[in-house]
Amino acid sequence: MAETKKNAGAYQGFVRTEEAPLLPPPPSETGITGWLWQNVVSSCADFTSIGASVRSLLMAAFTVFVAWLTVSITWSLVDFAFLSAVWSDPEGIKREACWTEEQGGSLPNGWHGACWPFIITKMKFFIYGPYESSELWRVNLTGLIGLVGLVWVLIERLPYRRHVGVFLLTGYPLIAIILLTGGAFEVSYGSLSITALVGLGLISIGRLSRRELLGDTMTTFAGVFGVVGWLMVIYAGIMMVLSADVGLEAIDTNDWGGLLITLVVAVTGIVASLPLGIVLALGRRSNMPVARILSVVFIEFWRGVPLITVLFMASVMLPLFLPEGVNFNNLLRALIGVMLFSAAYMAEVVRGGLQAVDKGQYEGADAVGLSYWQKMRLIVLPQALTHVIPGIVNTFIGLFKDTTLVSIIGLFDLLGAAQSTLADAAWASPVQGHTAYLFIAAVFFVFCFGMSRYSIFMENKLSRGRKH
Amino acid sequence: MAENNAVDRSKMTIGDEVVVSMDSVNKWYGHFHVLRDINLEVNKGERIVICGPSGSGKSTLIRCLNRLEVHQKGVINVHGIELNSDLKNIEYIRREVGMVFQHFNLFPHLTILENCTLAPIWVRKMPKKDAEEIAMRFLETVKIPEQAHKYPGQLSGGQQQRVAIARALCMQPQLMLFDEPTSALDPEMIKEVLDTMVALAEDGMTMLVVTHEMGFARKVANRIIFMDEGQIVEENEPQAFFKNPKNDRTKLFLSQILDH
Repeated sequence: MAETKKNAGAYQGFVRTEEAPLLPPPPSETGITGWLWQNVVSSCADFTSIGASVRSLLMAAFTVFVAWLTVSITWSLVDFAFLSAVWSDPEGIKREACWTEEQGGSLPNGWHGACWPFIITKMKFFIYGPYESSELWRVNLTGLIGLVGLVWVLIERLPYRRHVGVFLLTGYPLIAIILLTGGAFEVSYGSLSITALVGLGLISIGRLSRRELLGDTMTTFAGVFGVVGWLMVIYAGIMMVLSADVGLEAIDTNDWGGLLITLVVAVTGIVASLPLGIVLALGRRSNMPVARILSVVFIEFWRGVPLITVLFMASVMLPLFLPEGVNFNNLLRALIGVMLFSAAYMAEVVRGGLQAVDKGQYEGADAVGLSYWQKMRLIVLPQALTHVIPGIVNTFIGLFKDTTLVSIIGLFDLLGAAQSTLADAAWASPVQGHTAYLFIAAVFFVFCFGMSRYSIFMENKLSRGRKH
Repeated sequence: MAENNAVDRSKMTIGDEVVVSMDSVNKWYGHFHVLRDINLEVNKGERIVICGPSGSGKSTLIRCLNRLEVHQKGVINVHGIELNSDLKNIEYIRREVGMVFQHFNLFPHLTILENCTLAPIWVRKMPKKDAEEIAMRFLETVKIPEQAHKYPGQLSGGQQQRVAIARALCMQPQLMLFDEPTSALDPEMIKEVLDTMVALAEDGMTMLVVTHEMGFARKVANRIIFMDEGQIVEENEPQAFFKNPKNDRTKLFLSQILDH
């Protein structure tokens, strides 16, 4: 190379004798100026040619326009919800509190603001629906236990998080069902005992076949016997508990409503869809043809029909197929529909995560001798689920919002309850609907935004120190 | 390079016990005949290096030994247990055979210590405390005990590969398989991994190593196997193998990797 540079022979090479100084960054890189430069000014400060100048001017105009739009929309929302809003109705004049002079009230003409006294009066109905007023403490207690448990599990510093989590998934649902419905389910103890006995029998068969006492075929299916047996025993146990009469007044699920229904449907769907989805995703990637085909058929069926159709089918069609006298609870049918529907979506999200896990991880786990389930539980799923947290939470949020569809089959969820209050002529005013929908939107936003933020927090936490 | 630091051969004794035997093993990927009539016996304490051009089936061969790959014809016995579709046999053999991969395959969501204790706890049902004790001992053997509570992503490639060796050793295997353990490493990290492997050989471990590191082969191996197109082409002691290879393909291969 040296010959090609300058005159051959004179080239001396280069040796650094002093350290190059470490300088602070230019102002365009840091601080408020830096931020403004990088995010606002840099796109409209290029005047080096005519084309660039035109582009810069257009960008500047567009920036101003977007800024104006943002401010004006935010302003009208704040004005409607807070500044111009009517907050109280001390005289008890109901709808007239939110009427302008033109309409016969006392507010100035052209007034447009939220009518909060309407929401405050209807709050009980928004939250509980037509639930018996004297029994509201049961709903509150259920909610309180759930909330405390949830916060406990989500905050990492607290002790016994695992125990609380297990309680939330096992004991809590039972307590919630008993508190909310009153328990004392009518069951046939005879058939429950038979179920339990058959279950125990299956478990024993599973145990024996695992020890290879019943031949090769049975050994292969030992796990199936065990799982089915345990499911039967657990089912019998749950029904026994629910049949206990704890002295609470029975409240039909048709008397539930509002946020209560929304949360019951959403939480059940969310909690059930993840494990079901994981099983389906594993099934779809399994080497066993039966498991794979069953999973594919299940997933594709439920993904192929709209949730509204599922709910209609569950509430209108299902009774036609069931034998006479057998009557499923309307809410339970919606719950099962939502659960299976979201499980199918969840399965595909989880499958995406499973595919993102490097093949070497499977081989590494195999090579140290882990069994299939150990490999999945300890190595593959923790990584797969971390990869797809955004997708999982996306499904959760979608599910939470889809719960509003249950109003179609006659369940008064939050949106349904709000809509039904609009028919109350005592509060009729031009802003009645706006206020109700704004309130509903705000409630949904709080829940969904909360889930979104927690997922971002989880992503950051899990990605710390674990880069490949 | 091979002669500059001597290898302690006092514990490198080859026993009579046959650890691995492959009898007319054949394997296909679809129509591609990847292993052709492989016959191989490995005795306890042997250190065998398998080399050959890429695509010659050497990785596939050792991956058949813990059934990461399934062979279609022939018989493979490991520790006297036949490798077939019986899950029990596979699980038993995987407990007794350690494996180190080209890309380490450490579990990125677990710390170094957890990587090492996972299999002893779940597969050997060892109490956590004992497993950790053993793991720390092997992390000391590979000279990185101070990294025990870091995650794999925080370590260099050479350190990760040494952890992978420690992880395999924690199951206290009787046979170690190495699948190109240094091929994914930066040049300056190869030595630390090879040193670890030499130390392991000095300890008397039975090893099957797929590698292009001919210095390591010369120094440690008691047999070198050269594979090409799915067959074992030549097999000899290192001295003879390097000094006068008999097969033309071996000669060509050696000239390609040694003369540059």
